[in-house]
Amino acid sequence: MELIVPILAAAVRSGTPILYATLGEIITEKSGVLNLGLEGVMLIGAFTGFIVSYNTGSSFYGLAVAFLVGILVNLIHAFLCISLKANQVICGLAMTMFGTGISSLLGRGYVGETIEGINVLALPGLSSIPLVGPVLFSQDVMVYLSYIMVFVVWFLIFKTKFGLMIRAVGDSPLSAEAAGISVSTVRYAATLLGGGFVSLGGAYMSVAYSHMWVDLMTAGRGWIAVALVIFAIWHPFRAALGSYLFGGVEALQMRIQAGGTTIPAPLLMMLPYVLTIAVLVIISISKGKGRLLGAPGALGLPFYREERE
Amino acid sequence: MRMKIEKRFYITKWQETFIILASIVLAFFSGAVVLHFLGVSPLEAYGMMIKGSLSDFYGISETVAKTIPLVMCSLAVALSFTMVIWNIGAEGQFVLGALACTALVRCMHIDNPLIMLGAMGIVAAIAGGLWGGFAGFLRAKWNVNEIITTLMMNYIAILLLQYFVYGSWRDPTSLGFPMTPLFPEGARLPQFFGTRIHAGIFFALVLVVVIWVVVRKGIWGYEIRVSGQNPKAADYAGIRSARNIMLVMFMSGAIAGLAGMAEMAGLHRRLQPGFAVGYGYTAIIIAWLARLHPVTIIFVSFLFGALFVGGENLQIAMRLPLSSVQILQGLILFFLLGGEFFRNYRISLTFKKR
Amino acid sequence: MVKMRGITKAFYGIKANDCVDFDLKGGEVHALLGENGAGKSTLMSVLCGLYHPDEGTIEVEGQRVEFRSPRDAISKGIGIVHQHFMLVPSLTVWENMILGSKDLPVVIDESAICDKIKDLSQRYGIDVDPKAPIWTLSIGEQQRVAILRMLYHEAKILILDEPTSVLTPQEIERLFSTIKHMKEEGYGIVFISHKLKEVFEISDRITVLRRGKVVGSLNAREATKEMLAEMMVGSSDTGEVQRARKESATKSKPVLMAEDLVVRNDKGLIAVDGVSFTLREGQIFGIAGVSGNGQGELAEALAGMRSIESGRLYFVTEDVTSASARHMVDLGVKYVPADRKGVGLVPNMNVAENVALRKYWHPPYSKGFFIDWDEVHKHSKSLVESYEILTPGLDVPVRMLSGGNQQKLILARELSDNLKLLIAMQPTWGLDVRATAFVREKLMSARAGGAAVLLISEDLDELLALSDELAVIYRGKIMGIIEGPGTGDIERIGLMMAGISANS
Repeated sequence: MELIVPILAAAVRSGTPILYATLGEIITEKSGVLNLGLEGVMLIGAFTGFIVSYNTGSSFYGLAVAFLVGILVNLIHAFLCISLKANQVICGLAMTMFGTGISSLLGRGYVGETIEGINVLALPGLSSIPLVGPVLFSQDVMVYLSYIMVFVVWFLIFKTKFGLMIRAVGDSPLSAEAAGISVSTVRYAATLLGGGFVSLGGAYMSVAYSHMWVDLMTAGRGWIAVALVIFAIWHPFRAALGSYLFGGVEALQMRIQAGGTTIPAPLLMMLPYVLTIAVLVIISISKGKGRLLGAPGALGLPFYREERE
Repeated sequence: MRMKIEKRFYITKWQETFIILASIVLAFFSGAVVLHFLGVSPLEAYGMMIKGSLSDFYGISETVAKTIPLVMCSLAVALSFTMVIWNIGAEGQFVLGALACTALVRCMHIDNPLIMLGAMGIVAAIAGGLWGGFAGFLRAKWNVNEIITTLMMNYIAILLLQYFVYGSWRDPTSLGFPMTPLFPEGARLPQFFGTRIHAGIFFALVLVVVIWVVVRKGIWGYEIRVSGQNPKAADYAGIRSARNIMLVMFMSGAIAGLAGMAEMAGLHRRLQPGFAVGYGYTAIIIAWLARLHPVTIIFVSFLFGALFVGGENLQIAMRLPLSSVQILQGLILFFLLGGEFFRNYRISLTFKKR
Repeated sequence: MVKMRGITKAFYGIKANDCVDFDLKGGEVHALLGENGAGKSTLMSVLCGLYHPDEGTIEVEGQRVEFRSPRDAISKGIGIVHQHFMLVPSLTVWENMILGSKDLPVVIDESAICDKIKDLSQRYGIDVDPKAPIWTLSIGEQQRVAILRMLYHEAKILILDEPTSVLTPQEIERLFSTIKHMKEEGYGIVFISHKLKEVFEISDRITVLRRGKVVGSLNAREATKEMLAEMMVGSSDTGEVQRARKESATKSKPVLMAEDLVVRNDKGLIAVDGVSFTLREGQIFGIAGVSGNGQGELAEALAGMRSIESGRLYFVTEDVTSASARHMVDLGVKYVPADRKGVGLVPNMNVAENVALRKYWHPPYSKGFFIDWDEVHKHSKSLVESYEILTPGLDVPVRMLSGGNQQKLILARELSDNLKLLIAMQPTWGLDVRATAFVREKLMSARAGGAAVLLISEDLDELLALSDELAVIYRGKIMGIIEGPGTGDIERIGLMMAGISANS
């Protein structure tokens, strides 16, 4: 029992960057745009968050600017994929390469530098509740924000007119266009907004999680987020579940390593990736045939206006 | 003034080539802008890159040495892309090939180098093939997205490499550096002309021909082309898609694995943590840029080989990290993707009188 | 109400609409008649804001308008039910209704909208369940949703694009009476069709389009079927299929026997529910039914492309219940699918590669592990000649061929050798008169050659003229089989198409 609480708390912390990225990608993919460049965007966000915090001394600015930069970066993806109808898979890979490269290049002078970052802010009263308190309510501000964001994204997609447009555009863009909705505009908005969230997830890594810049610090979390969107069946609640599951594995693995074990580090570090594959397999088997309800019908397909047939 | 966007019916080879060249030029130009903003002189940087890769015999030979694994990995990737199966795992399959042949070298020693090398090639191909084939199996059986699975397996492969190299395979005489002992003479591919160009070049050239023939003229090649273009028509033609998905991923992985073996036996002759430099990812760009055509892949691989060697020179001469090359690669790909648009569409401006 | 003048719209240099004038008065049904590809849908797409005309003007209620998007058209009171409905499958009826509405609050009020829908539903007698997701609805129900949507957005101008192709004869009756009701209420209705009979029945005015140009515009009362046919295609051949059936007393040998076939569709639901019939040599067996009642799944099952869950299928004496598509082809079972470009051909591959599609594993096409492309080319050349397929060459990607030529290519390939059974699914859909006649002639010559032909079609006239036996399918069950069907059976067939079996 003593062990479980800190691991669960660490699970929440670990899962939070992935959660932000997954939420962002859900918004983007619901509109029909596939963005595989999450790893690159997260790294750009991580670096931006770091460097702004480093230079201004304010974590808030760091995170805010990272959000904006994420929007800007996804503009490239949006322009290429929506306006120029480029192959979304390749574009995402290009973004990953570009983001990885540029964050490494820019960050080369700052490896190992630390920042103040944001720290745990235990919520008075709530954090004293046994079990749930320390796990959920003794976290930092960004974690609390992420709880809210899960509901906000859910509400946005399923209860507002914007969400309706996003869902329509992602499932049947031709019908949406015929109803008078501009498919491009909606997809741009969804992609840009999604980019902001993803970048925020990356920024969390440097500003809140480790308080420093390390080259390639996201270690594949961007890709795990892509997998989680499928696992979540494009639903924010399940995205939270998946993210914390991953956080849990991550936390567990670190705890085992720290505890002095004979299991070599590289093998333990494989766990998140193996789990990602396992999770995808499970969800693919269980949903099997038939409509994957929630999967946008037009995902990854460019939309051509005025094209017959 | 109105802009009209019309789909093209046809495009001439000149127009296509122009678009590709323009994309590359624009990519380098924007790369120059990025470098400038980072306080690096683009002229100096590009100059350094060309100097390192193309200006003298040594540079060119290094570029050719890099072209070998690039050609092979790109062929591997192009094969799977023909079926629109996204093998993003060439990097991991490359590593698995290297691991497998290293394991063989550790286990046994056959006097006849031809047989030894042959055996190394076979285990490397099988290892890479299984690594890729697993993802293919998941895709065929349960429609699990192969992009994510192959990618995850890349991370796992690199961790596997670290595990062995830092662990039980470490050379006890290497003063604590993580590396395996050198391959014995009988397990090395010969190098030529005093350069590092090794016999793997023959693997690459043979594979170019083999892939071209198989895809263009072979029955299986026809099947995967049909499946890639139109899966429903493939069912109509009685093509067994599941079998082909697994087969294509296996073959793709096998080729990448073989590339790993060639790189090990021909170039490095010992396993080190930095073995995987991103050939598998670059291969994706090359395959895509070359439109999956095997012969074009040779030339494009040479270009990217030059990029890699140039990047290494940058690292030495100007202390820029290798990742700067990744930026250029990303930019090239962005502009190529943008250029695709102009390949498919024609923009005409009309001045309308009101 | 609406005046369109000089509308011109071109795609890739081909004019789909060439200087077209069209107007609509309130309280009338104005039909747009023309062959497939004549430009009717394009014209209406311009009117509803989906396309920008290259030239020409539009006036609504006397005011010049320019629609930059469908939203503008909707706000001017123009509503359209497309041929393919344009509904989002994963959303519910009420969500589809409000899609694109102006003045929608940020937070959507579900119950208010559902109430409004129920009101409209009652007022116009169009029955829909607001909370149902679209993908669960039948085609007829979806069409009702699309019509109600126009009314929800307070359209005064209603455009119906080929609405009857998915309806049973009785549903068509219902639709027509709804249209008459709307007309009396002052709505202006544009009725797009290529079916002479229906246009005749329902419209006040008729405008005929041919190859993008207006051939003529007249009052329905002044027109005769021959006149219209002449305007549509340039010959007074009304396109009515001549009775072309063989009369024979003896039953010929059975080729394919289906016993209690049960087949599931892609969603896992049962599409074919215990179907039994026998296909005989030298006979055309027709299957009538509104699309979506299991025909597609049945055809695929017979061709070996879809697994049969229970029941048995026999080809002559061989049990082929679990046979693969390839085995069926080898046995001589050929299949012309409904989806030309999606299933029957690989659009990006050239003619020769497409000809090889269903035979490449056999010599002489195959040689060891390779394909003998020279052989394929030789054979393709002769097929192109004998079927008069218009193509710039054998190396051209088939997506550049016209619909008619693509269909000819598929027929050429399927009919070219060892034909024992031909499964033809909607073979004349979307083709012009000449290509349609060509296809029908080929079906009949296949029959004359001793093959069994299974013709699945939504064109009742076609089925009545060509079939020696006609079955009607409804919800995966065969409602009845009529031998030697004629026009006198239409009423009975219509009832069966709507689910009322021949025996009740």
